[in-house]
Amino acid sequence: MRDINELINPEVKALKPSGIRKYFDIAATMDHVITLGVGEPDFKTPWHIREAGIKSLEKGYTRYTANRGMIELRSAISKFMQDRYTLSYDADSEILVTVGGSEAIDGAIRTLVQNGDEVLIIEPCFVCYTPIVKLAGGVPVIIETKAENNFRLTADELRSAITDKTKLLILAYPNNPTGAVMRRGDLEAIAEVLRDTDILVLSDEIYAELTFGGERHVSIAEIDGMKERTIIASGFSKTYSMTGWRMGFACGPAPVIAQMTKIHQFAIMSAPTTSQFAAIEAIVNGEDDISDMRFDYDIRRTFIVNGFRKMGLDCFEPEGAFYCFPCIKSTGLTSEEFCERLLREKHVAVIPGTAFGSCGEGFIRASYCNSMKNLKRALELIKEFIDGLK
Amino acid sequence: MFDIENKLLKILSENARYSCEDLSDMLNISSVEVAELIEKLEKEHVICGYPAIIDWDKVSHDRVTALIELKVTPQKSAGFEEIAESITNCREVETVYLMSGGYDLCAIVKGHTFKEVAMFVAKRLAPMDGVISTATHFVLRKYKEVGTVLENKRADDRGMFQL
Repeated sequence: MRDINELINPEVKALKPSGIRKYFDIAATMDHVITLGVGEPDFKTPWHIREAGIKSLEKGYTRYTANRGMIELRSAISKFMQDRYTLSYDADSEILVTVGGSEAIDGAIRTLVQNGDEVLIIEPCFVCYTPIVKLAGGVPVIIETKAENNFRLTADELRSAITDKTKLLILAYPNNPTGAVMRRGDLEAIAEVLRDTDILVLSDEIYAELTFGGERHVSIAEIDGMKERTIIASGFSKTYSMTGWRMGFACGPAPVIAQMTKIHQFAIMSAPTTSQFAAIEAIVNGEDDISDMRFDYDIRRTFIVNGFRKMGLDCFEPEGAFYCFPCIKSTGLTSEEFCERLLREKHVAVIPGTAFGSCGEGFIRASYCNSMKNLKRALELIKEFIDGLK
Repeated sequence: MFDIENKLLKILSENARYSCEDLSDMLNISSVEVAELIEKLEKEHVICGYPAIIDWDKVSHDRVTALIELKVTPQKSAGFEEIAESITNCREVETVYLMSGGYDLCAIVKGHTFKEVAMFVAKRLAPMDGVISTATHFVLRKYKEVGTVLENKRADDRGMFQL
């Protein structure tokens, strides 16, 4: 047999590994690292939700469910989308329960993108879109958002990236890593550009329930004429602190969901049954959990943003998700140098903005999914580090 | 301001040890405003104290807690107020509530030994005017107090980095 490396799909080998692996190696040699590097809630899954999963096991619900997911769960998702976003999705034909929001993203891209299709990706953003688009044979076309536009996509930026090959726009707001949101007016301007085209939208709304300052998230599907071209990918991980349960869903036009369901059926079969029982409890009875966690996140968000600003860093006001994205250009270091030295010298982990696209240069992502005590200590150490550079 | 006040109270109810500077950063108001707000809330007796939550079992073996149910006859003019005040005034009593349901007053009583607490109930509470009956329930173990789980926290098992 030939060297096995030669037998691996070159498209897969060509995917760039995540740019943060070297930090794992550095951190592995250290004790007591305070990490602001995780994109995962520090809260445990609320007990009543865990209990629903446990009870389903006790009752012996351990078999596959319907490919699309349990109808009770799809109905609950349908009601949730109606109550929260006045979006009406048919539980039978327009909702698919997936293994995390990730599978919904993967399935939507594989369902829509053909060889040579251009896919608009708005950076800085979560890292999965480009590799999945490439594996589907698509061509990622990057649009870089700017701090002065609050990291929102503008109609002009969108218009100038569109060609006759553009198939799909991937929007991800509230945004990881910036914490940016798109307001209704911003989305209306985007919709205006898309209205006379055949461009579809994949809207990754995994952080939809985590918005701050009293204004709820607006989905692009709510904008006139957009629902019929939009697939929403969302899930339970961030909303209910359920990352390990791997529970997500996609909502969209029935023909797209039908084809996504085929891929799901062949690749996955059905999402984990125990997790689906827990997810029903979460979405039906988890309203108070969301508001409790949102309260804590909001306090921490205000605290960390003020902390960065006090040490002299420009810090864009994040209005969603659980990250802030301070600018570190004033230190004279690159994002990677900043993160590596901060980790080595002060044992504080943050992620370089460049991990989320090259326009993230000059920024770092700090997650505030951590105790106030750790956030306070981390900010003190970062301040010491920055003062030491002067 | 109502919103800020509620936020402040919720934060302090979970941890009263934040400095005014920390609270200022958490609430987006100045430290002076935080200090003034706290002073106002203390004066109005909205904030009534700042005790720490202590797991005494870890440091001493001669502390006993009991929950006492009291059935009482309300007085014509004062209702339950007078007897509640008499019970509140006892140094041994940590908490007093007026209850709905099967009994009237609930008192949480602290002492060094089971006997000491039992004697306090027998000699001081039971003979009070208006007390019809008492039932003493000793606390054997505390799992959670004032919203705080009294066990060593599990270490953060999340990875260091996730995108």
